[in-house]
Amino acid sequence: MMQTETLAALDVATLRALYRDLIRIRLVEERIAALYPEQQMRCPVHLSIGQEAVSVGVCANLRRTDRAMSGHRSHGHYLAKGGDLRAMFAEMYGKVTGCTSGKGGSMHLLDLDAGFFGAVPIVGSTIPIAVGAAWGARLRGEDRVLVAFFGEAATEEGVFHEAVNFAQLKRLPVLFVCENNMYSVYSPLSVRQPDNREVYQMAAGHGVHSVQGDGNDIVEVYTLSRAAVDRARRGDGPSFLEFKTYRWREHCGPFYDNDIGYRTSDEFQEWQRRDPVERFEAQLREMQVMPPEECARLRQTIEQEIDDAVAFAKSSPFPDPAEMASFTYAE
Amino acid sequence: MSRDLKFFQALNEATDVCMAKDPTVQIMGLGVPDPKGIFGSTLGLVEKYGPERVSDLPTAENGMTGVAIGAALAGMRPIMTHVRLDFALLSLEQLVNQAAKWHYMFGGRMRVPLVVRMIIGRGWGQGPQHSQSLQSWFAHVPGLKVVMPTTPHDAKGLLISSVEDDNPVIFIEHRWLYNISGPVPEGVYRVPIGKARVMREGTDVTIVAISYMALEALRAAEFLDAHGISAEVIDLRSLRPWDEDAVFQSIRKTGRVVVTDTASKMAGFSGEVLARIAEEGLPLRVPPARVCLPDSPTPTSPALAAHYYPRANDIAKTIERMFGVTVAEIAEPPHPLDIPDPAFTGPF
Repeated sequence: MMQTETLAALDVATLRALYRDLIRIRLVEERIAALYPEQQMRCPVHLSIGQEAVSVGVCANLRRTDRAMSGHRSHGHYLAKGGDLRAMFAEMYGKVTGCTSGKGGSMHLLDLDAGFFGAVPIVGSTIPIAVGAAWGARLRGEDRVLVAFFGEAATEEGVFHEAVNFAQLKRLPVLFVCENNMYSVYSPLSVRQPDNREVYQMAAGHGVHSVQGDGNDIVEVYTLSRAAVDRARRGDGPSFLEFKTYRWREHCGPFYDNDIGYRTSDEFQEWQRRDPVERFEAQLREMQVMPPEECARLRQTIEQEIDDAVAFAKSSPFPDPAEMASFTYAE
Repeated sequence: MSRDLKFFQALNEATDVCMAKDPTVQIMGLGVPDPKGIFGSTLGLVEKYGPERVSDLPTAENGMTGVAIGAALAGMRPIMTHVRLDFALLSLEQLVNQAAKWHYMFGGRMRVPLVVRMIIGRGWGQGPQHSQSLQSWFAHVPGLKVVMPTTPHDAKGLLISSVEDDNPVIFIEHRWLYNISGPVPEGVYRVPIGKARVMREGTDVTIVAISYMALEALRAAEFLDAHGISAEVIDLRSLRPWDEDAVFQSIRKTGRVVVTDTASKMAGFSGEVLARIAEEGLPLRVPPARVCLPDSPTPTSPALAAHYYPRANDIAKTIERMFGVTVAEIAEPPHPLDIPDPAFTGPF
């Protein structure tokens, strides 16, 4: 009920933009999954299918000059922040036209023009870097909000606590956005964290404004993160947002892995019923914001954009072998 | 204009001139603005530049290194300090995976202009975890630069070069250098990273020395000179990149080489120097030698530590063996062996 009211409070343009970004990430990652078995994308890929609402709901509140950083599962964050699609595909194909010229691959996406400030696969390692980037920007007199995206396993790393402590100490404009998908590779949360404490309570223990929400409800993500961004811009310091969600596919790679025994099909199907895309689509249909034929047209437009990006990536040249060591040092 | 300054004063002055000319330079670390000011090397800076640019930090080496990297990526030029290199080991993840890689792995689009100062302790019972010389670990990592100045002149000139460099620079200081004096020019000047300095010219043997061992090498060279052996002493100053040309040129002249490092031999930088000499096929008249630490952790008791650290006499004896001669011993210093000079009264 409350949710419907919030939905109704958002203007149509915002709702349509949220939907467009949401379905776009889903379609891009489904294409990656479809193409990956061709063995031409020769780098590890960590798909966020099932978790897209967090990327979109948070980034919709950011300005282009704000900055977002991420970890290994970063495709959604990169795209939601406005990262270039052609450069992303080209990077995954190891091409010189990629967003890091073939040096990084799927685990090291970057788009400075869009304010996507880098991703790395060492769990939690961009969290203090994002905090430092927020501090550096403030020292330079720049008005920027920093967002660190990470999974719940990163809250088990020392640097998470070190960074949250410092961000609160300095009242830095940072959003710590935790996508709690309950698994670190195959290890469930139950073997990694105590059962009498929620993830967000750890950040609250550091004195940080901390909330928990449904990561598969894009409107809830949007609303909670809007409040956090407003706090950051006002100078009220960092926020920690825990969003519960679920990764549909295997930890790394294009396939489903419910058969190997670390989680059940029932659990997966339960989460599939809460698909953030279908759920939002149904809400918008009900509100008559996105009639089915318009959804279909939008999907078609996005598929064409993806066709173009994949063709660009496949037809782009590989880096020259002479570039192997370039950029080891800045000149 | 040059005047005599101590090593720590030279570091302080380098930081001061960098902060005065560039508002993006900041210095941070546990204790930076405290009453001791990193053995005097940061004293007075917070009064001049304020607590944001001269910042104390939580005791969280890895996370705060990430913060420094983030600030550098955002356009600042941070100097980070560790009162002991051993504490900086907590930050290896951020230094090796992040600082060293961001320029490369993002295709040249990101830069990490970061200086990380680390101090190697020695004596007065510093023991296994306050005295490690792990420069070769950092020198092994592409993307990092590693410098180890010996003189006050080079401490200031190399720190300025390091702050101005667009790469992460590991700036390793030896605690026993802090109190030595030497001429230091006023204002801004640079000692280039990657250039060695010939501290003393000689014709019979080349001593390649790293950090504090350069002072022991000089003592050995002066002693040997009185006994008819002319030693050239090269202070390497930079380990990555390092000045192969200066070393090779000297060996072509002398045909003999001793490398002396503040670290142990096993997989240490002294081995890298000898490997490059061998690969270059330089004609050596006698096998090369190394004067380094024993292959054990650092003992704490002064009775043990006295036998742990090699000194000028060990370098001299090594060279005497190369010439098949035996001359007198170099006299031990008149003060206890676990301090650099009588002014040092502990505790660290």
